[in-house]
Amino acid sequence: MKPVLEVKNVTVRFGGVTAVDDASLTMQGGDLIGFVGPNGAGKTTLMRVITGIVRPHEGSVWLEGKDLTKLATNQRIRAGLALAQQIVQPLRKMSLLENVALACGFSKTANPFKALKSFDKSAEKATARELLRRVGLQDVVDAEPSKLPLGYLKRLEVARALALKPKLLLLDEPLAGLNQSEASSLADLIKTLNQDGLSILLIEHNLREVLRICPQVYVQDLGKSLAFGNSNEIMNQPEVIKAYLGES
Amino acid sequence: MAYEITLLTTMAISVLFALSLNFITGFCGQISLGHAAFMGVGAYTAATMMKASISLLFVIPVAAVFAGVLGLLVGFASLRVRHDFLAITTMGVVFLFVGVVRQQEFLGGEIGISGIQQSVLGRTGFMLLCVVLAGVFAGFSLLVKRSWLGFVFDSIADNEDVSQVLGIDVAKYKLFAFVVGTATAGTAGALYAQHYRFVGPDSFGFVESISVLAMVVVGGIGSVWGVMFAAAVLSVLPLLIQFVDDYKILVYSALLFSMMRFSPDGLAGIVQRLLNRVRNR
Repeated sequence: MKPVLEVKNVTVRFGGVTAVDDASLTMQGGDLIGFVGPNGAGKTTLMRVITGIVRPHEGSVWLEGKDLTKLATNQRIRAGLALAQQIVQPLRKMSLLENVALACGFSKTANPFKALKSFDKSAEKATARELLRRVGLQDVVDAEPSKLPLGYLKRLEVARALALKPKLLLLDEPLAGLNQSEASSLADLIKTLNQDGLSILLIEHNLREVLRICPQVYVQDLGKSLAFGNSNEIMNQPEVIKAYLGES
Repeated sequence: MAYEITLLTTMAISVLFALSLNFITGFCGQISLGHAAFMGVGAYTAATMMKASISLLFVIPVAAVFAGVLGLLVGFASLRVRHDFLAITTMGVVFLFVGVVRQQEFLGGEIGISGIQQSVLGRTGFMLLCVVLAGVFAGFSLLVKRSWLGFVFDSIADNEDVSQVLGIDVAKYKLFAFVVGTATAGTAGALYAQHYRFVGPDSFGFVESISVLAMVVVGGIGSVWGVMFAAAVLSVLPLLIQFVDDYKILVYSALLFSMMRFSPDGLAGIVQRLLNRVRNR
């Protein structure tokens, strides 16, 4: 069976700075991998390479054997990627239900002509309601995003990503800015989604939660792949400790 | 009766023109400060063809296609620049259009094209054609608002980057909005040429672009009914009140400023708030 995600020898440079240096990563279907590294390790840049927001100078990205490297972001999403962004970006003039329903209707929004011929939103709204219930937002489906706290909006990002029925869910620091109780609760949800069969790549600084829910971690430092494997073993490796804490 | 026919024809052409900008700016969130250029392309295309005794009914679709093609080109610019930069780019289009037309002898240069013959429809028939075309596009706009296309436009107007992450091909949708909006402006231009039987470069400059933007903003950006009402009233106001005619740009600019300051969602927003207040009593 083909890996769900293959990142092959990706290099990204911004001017004279190499943000990602020959990074490679392979994920199998059903994996939940914590993607960690100190600040400036190039994690978000690599995530942006996977989603197509940043084009690599070298290397390629594959999803279930399909080369995504030359595809635009929206084409990668339709190929099976979904992204919950680090900085929450709800569509502020729409309710939570509409935010998720729009994503649920991705088959109707493939092009303007198809969208023009489609009117019924009831099926998508029903699915959106179910997804919002799944992430614990069933009581605020009709609320405006601007009136809700960050924890709710982080969950909205996850619900919207799930609405795309992805093969691989990319989560960019979903726990950032949440208190411990909210972070723990959202981490539990991520673990449950993985147990239901969804492949998830989780970029996160909250190592406590990453080690609690992720069986495997991929560590990157200064743009380079540093280690990959069992979470507890990897985090005890001297070079990983050195990357996080520096030399004594 | 002839006066009423003139008023109604003027209203219908303005409504069609304002709705065409509303499609781009109100629905899809793409600001355009040069929309009169597309009306101008349609008007000059139609004037040139009608001078060659080609039927108005054939001229209208050709004018729409010419304006739509230019709209497609400007739409490509919207894929690279956004917000204020797009506003400046579209403003450049209208100055470019006027500048080019002024230098073309076959388009009448500074003097424009006059002596366009009346169509076989007659004044009443032509008025009905204008009303029907404005009505059809208003109906199409309302249909779009109800459809998934309107839903996607709302998301693009709100946040293009998020729309991309939801799998939406933002470029295709923006180009679609530009082509439909500018082709409709071209249609309005063809009707204008027949209505006034004269086209000149000053009729499609920056002032006209701001005037139509004022209609959209005063009516309520994105609101079909609001824009129709504002376009109908503002288009005939200069014909009814001499002061407005004398100080047209001043009056329109004051209205534009007042709306942006006190009710950014226009008359439609005011009506909606009043209705909500009545319902909540």
